Amino acid sequence: MNVVLMVWRQENRDTAGRLQRIEAKDISSEMSFLEMLDVVNERLILAGERPIAFDHDCREGICGSCGVVINGTAHGPRRGTTTCQLHMREFHDGQTIVIEPYRAKPFPVLRDLVVDRSALDRITAAGGFVSASTGSAPDGNAIPVAKPKAEAAMDAAACIGCGACVAACPNAAAMLFVGAKISHLGLLPQGQPERWMRAEAMVAAMDREGFGPCTNVTECAAVCPKEINLSVIARMNRDRMAAVFLVARRSPRGDTA
Amino acid sequence: MAAIWYFLRSTIGLKVVMAVSGFFLFGFLVEHMIGNLLFFLGPDLLNGYAELLHASQLFLWTARSVMILAAGFHATTALVLYLRQRAARPVGYRRTRSRTFSYAARTMKYTGPLVLVFVLFHLAHFTLGWQVTPAPFVEGDVYANVVASFQHTWVAVVYVVAVLLVGFHFIHGGHSLFESLGVRHPRFDGLIRTVTGGFAVAVTVGFVALPCAILFKLAGG
Ligand code: HEM
Ligand code: FES
Repeated sequence: MNVVLMVWRQENRDTAGRLQRIEAKDISSEMSFLEMLDVVNERLILAGERPIAFDHDCREGICGSCGVVINGTAHGPRRGTTTCQLHMREFHDGQTIVIEPYRAKPFPVLRDLVVDRSALDRITAAGGFVSASTGSAPDGNAIPVAKPKAEAAMDAAACIGCGACVAACPNAAAMLFVGAKISHLGLLPQGQPERWMRAEAMVAAMDREGFGPCTNVTECAAVCPKEINLSVIARMNRDRMAAVFLVARRSPRGDTA
Repeated sequence: MAAIWYFLRSTIGLKVVMAVSGFFLFGFLVEHMIGNLLFFLGPDLLNGYAELLHASQLFLWTARSVMILAAGFHATTALVLYLRQRAARPVGYRRTRSRTFSYAARTMKYTGPLVLVFVLFHLAHFTLGWQVTPAPFVEGDVYANVVASFQHTWVAVVYVVAVLLVGFHFIHGGHSLFESLGVRHPRFDGLIRTVTGGFAVAVTVGFVALPCAILFKLAGG
């Protein structure tokens, strides 16, 4: 199949970018989207041009590195699918495909389609972990966890931190990501001691990074490749509200909230 | 105190203020709409109800203060959040495609301020007694004032349009406020949307009924 790419090209974070038109001929419909970009890049290199920079790692939908906005949708047209798991058969012959990087102030474009997503890591570093030393993995069922809670925690933990929720949100909010991190630990017994402190610290980190506020338009969950449920946002809101009354003023880590 | 202030400045705290103030505003709307429907039961009931509301200065000004505070907090948080939204995406997309597009949700930032402008006009018109139509304003005779006003097509149109805007704001705001307060669960989402959507439609129809009935000479003749 032949497709026409309109790809965002930008030298670095300080230069202006533009959409470049690239004709991609003889593309197999069985290729993944990233394989299509690989082929296009090989041709660009042979022609002496700079290849398109894009992020990727596992190429099996679990690492969260890939992720671009394809024809206006984060991760492209197929629901519950990362860009690396998207195949060219989702497009038709002759189609124009607009490929843009994620757009958000906390995600500066580094080059072409590559954005710096370390803002999400800094939010996680603010509280998305359990700080007690727990030794090696506990014996199965040594710590009882009710089945529904275990399931909900697992659903939230499926978040791969790809940032598509931010990309799709008209306000560039990171609520689905932060909600998922807060929920997956907040639902488990190991996460309880730091539950309120975590909600307070992670929400503060999210604001500090400059992510926008939520207006409940639900665009995030609709593009999430892991189909994380919006109820994680509600849980984050509840935990953050409760934190006003429940955060011990001095945390075990010694910092005051 | 510090913890509360710290919370209220967070995006989640601001949304909570917006939700609670919006809840009060909507609560008032429901009460106001029911009051308006007394019109159809005749001048005595409508004017009697208005008199009752004015019977105690303490009650009247307490209620007014709550509404002024709610409107103030709501509009202020709306502005702060809007500015944060704008700042969060300085460079937009060339192409966007929505999966969950809701017209009501996307127009909140327009319907809100328009409703505010209307509310100011409305207060000037029926509370302060601005003479927007030739008929003189009669303090206390709500029925006569209403009938005299809505015989003029443009007045009726302004009110109907404003109420439709409020209805739109309500359609999204109604469920959004619960979500902002953390009340959201796959099992109840449908119910919350249905009930708040029903309220939005009921309030809109209830408000629109009065100016339409007078304009088309179905009542108040
Ligand atoms: C003063 C003028 C007003 C402005 C500037 C305004 C603006 C806004 C904005 C920008 C939002 C956020 C939209 C979103 O969450 O997607 C909002 C939400 C809301 N508005 Fe208004 N609005 C105004 C008046 C009103 C009135 C008169 C009512 C009720 C009668 C109302 C009730 C609500 C409710 C309940 C919400 C949802 C709150 C939430 O999501 O937590 N607003 N408003
Ligand atoms: S490359 Fe790892 S999720 Fe796509």
